[in-house]
Amino acid sequence: MRHTISVLVENKFGVLSRVSGLFSGRGFNIESLSVGETIDPAVSLMTIVTSGDDQIIEQITKQLNKLIDVIKVVDFMEVDHVEREMVLIKVAPRKEDRIEVLKLAEIFRGRIIDSGSTAYTIETTGDEGKINAFIELIKPFGIKEFVRTGKVAIAREKVKKK
Amino acid sequence: MKKTGAEIFVECLKKEGVKHIFGYPGGVVLNIFDALFDDKDLKLILTRHEQGAVHAADGYARASGKVGVALVTSGPGATNTVTGIATASMDSIPLVVFSGQVPTLLIGNDAFQEADIVGITRPCTKYNYLVKDVNDLARVVKEAFHIASTGRPGPVLIDLPKDVTSGITDFVWPEHVKIRSYNPTYEGNKWMIKHAAHEIAKAKKPVIMAGGGVILSGASKELKELAELTKIPVTMTLMGLGGFPGTHTLSLGMLGMHGTYYSNMAVQDADLLIGIGVRFDDRVTGKVATFASHAKIIHIDIDPTSIRKNIRVDIPIVGDVKTVLKDMLKVLKEETKEPWDAVRKSWLKQISSWKQERPLRYTYNENVIKPQFVVEKLYEITKGDAIITTEVGQNQMWAAQFYKYDKPRTFLSSGGLGTMGYGFPAAIGAQLACPDKTVIDIAGDGSIQMNIQELATAVIDKLPVKVAILNNQYLGMVRQWQELFFKERYSYSHLDVVPDFVKVAEAYGAAGLRATKPSEVEPVIKEALKIKNKPVFMDFIVDWKEKVYPMVPAGASINEMLFEEEKKTEKRLKAVK
Repeated sequence: MRHTISVLVENKFGVLSRVSGLFSGRGFNIESLSVGETIDPAVSLMTIVTSGDDQIIEQITKQLNKLIDVIKVVDFMEVDHVEREMVLIKVAPRKEDRIEVLKLAEIFRGRIIDSGSTAYTIETTGDEGKINAFIELIKPFGIKEFVRTGKVAIAREKVKKK
Repeated sequence: MKKTGAEIFVECLKKEGVKHIFGYPGGVVLNIFDALFDDKDLKLILTRHEQGAVHAADGYARASGKVGVALVTSGPGATNTVTGIATASMDSIPLVVFSGQVPTLLIGNDAFQEADIVGITRPCTKYNYLVKDVNDLARVVKEAFHIASTGRPGPVLIDLPKDVTSGITDFVWPEHVKIRSYNPTYEGNKWMIKHAAHEIAKAKKPVIMAGGGVILSGASKELKELAELTKIPVTMTLMGLGGFPGTHTLSLGMLGMHGTYYSNMAVQDADLLIGIGVRFDDRVTGKVATFASHAKIIHIDIDPTSIRKNIRVDIPIVGDVKTVLKDMLKVLKEETKEPWDAVRKSWLKQISSWKQERPLRYTYNENVIKPQFVVEKLYEITKGDAIITTEVGQNQMWAAQFYKYDKPRTFLSSGGLGTMGYGFPAAIGAQLACPDKTVIDIAGDGSIQMNIQELATAVIDKLPVKVAILNNQYLGMVRQWQELFFKERYSYSHLDVVPDFVKVAEAYGAAGLRATKPSEVEPVIKEALKIKNKPVFMDFIVDWKEKVYPMVPAGASINEMLFEEEKKTEKRLKAVK
């Protein structure tokens, strides 16, 4: 089972290595990891996508909590949330395919953020499924390379029922 | 008042109540060594190897319950501490290790004697620090001692660049530590404790399994009270020995791979297993799927990650063992009114029949010294009143089986990491912590050679540490496995050249004694115990064919044991497979 786990940590040097070392040292798997500062510059937020059965996920969250620099761990499996990932795709279509590529980008709410004489770079965000679908559709037109940010997630606000 | 980093270091250690540091000097820590030179209150024990320094600090910590302190230089000095730190980490021993580091401006330049020790020790410390500013030093030291000694204890490393120890600032000792992300749980969940107490009252065949957490938490008294009140037999892990009196009628001795027959049988037959301060290591559980498979499991531990890591748990209680046991005793006394004696009668009868069926045993021989005989004699002659340290392998298991530990902090052994070379420096540390106690390292001829250089340390500090070398010319436990599981192909386990330990001891200025016949064992031990001003090596030439029994083959259930009396072990092995 895949889990998206967010880890609030002290923003100090070496913390990333403590977290990643924990995963490698204990044989846990990291599918993606993204890190950034939070509203409090002394605190960073890591979003980790990992997988494992219940026992492994329980160990992962407990081991993360045990790290001295970890302030809070949230497993989004237990929380209603939204998650997004961004991808930059460099695609070099044949001349006659360009319109098709641009249309696809539009359908996926992608934006052209760079253009050369033979290639475009398209930016798009979405959940994992959308990103995967977009990459699959663009593939036949000739992807030169792509970069994914890894997932970030945030809990949903509660909506009051009237 | 302005002070240098080195002076602040010294002040901080005094504020923490440190009396002894174990260490070894080198280029970048000279500032600190200079500050220690005239100091009257802080004594540095100069070991002969940094690994020895950390093990000695570890032995000091285990024997005294205080935080052990080591100080080494950068690069090789620092990397030599890694085995010691990992040993302490696996056994949850509170240490603060200070390593020198090249000046901050040179860090990352591959400077002379530079090693990224913070990176190297990250996975084997509870926490570690690189101090980049002398203004942080006092706070970091305060935090380090706090982290090392609270919650589940462990080693903390502080890396000190040379310019930090020479830097000058005001010394401000922080009276309180505040780490927002570090808040160990001491109080157990009240409802869970209540639930556990009622399970204890309901159980027909309960067993307590006590581990190192009992000793670390200082909960021996509470454990004894619990066992005596509810008449529950107690088995111990290697780390738990001494946590409950080994001579008590309710004691089952050790469980696991080389545990007693009755411990393993009791656990496998139990309907309730109460794990207290244990982490269910593979040497204890054997085959996990069949471990205590008839039992409900209550697991008390301060470290939430220990719970459900290796085995299923029915009632998890996260908290300090002592605090939880106190609360549990209260519930048991107030809410359960079982006629405990009557309730336990048939279970205790079953246990005692197991005890009679297969006690720990070996076959005495009057021509050749059996290693178990040496351990038994040590027990008899010291009347059980000694601190025993061990190396790793057969010596360690015999020390665990044939010496009975009635008090906590009297059996010091590298349980988790299994570090050969641990016992001798640990004995040195223990002797410094407890100058009036008899301290004996039960060693093998292989292990003792891994830190034999510490003889010099013990000689200079006039420490009457005794080392009982069970000399069989083999790496005995390796040899035992090769005999049982590798068709007697003794690949590189025979040591061929073993030095004359008596001469080695004498060359260092220590005393050396030897016994080659069983009749010489007692006189040698008595002679050694008389020596009060220097270390003694006792070289016991023992039967090299002797094996540690009972033995649970790797991967088998813990009730599938091999025994000494069954010579045709192969037949049994097949049955086990």
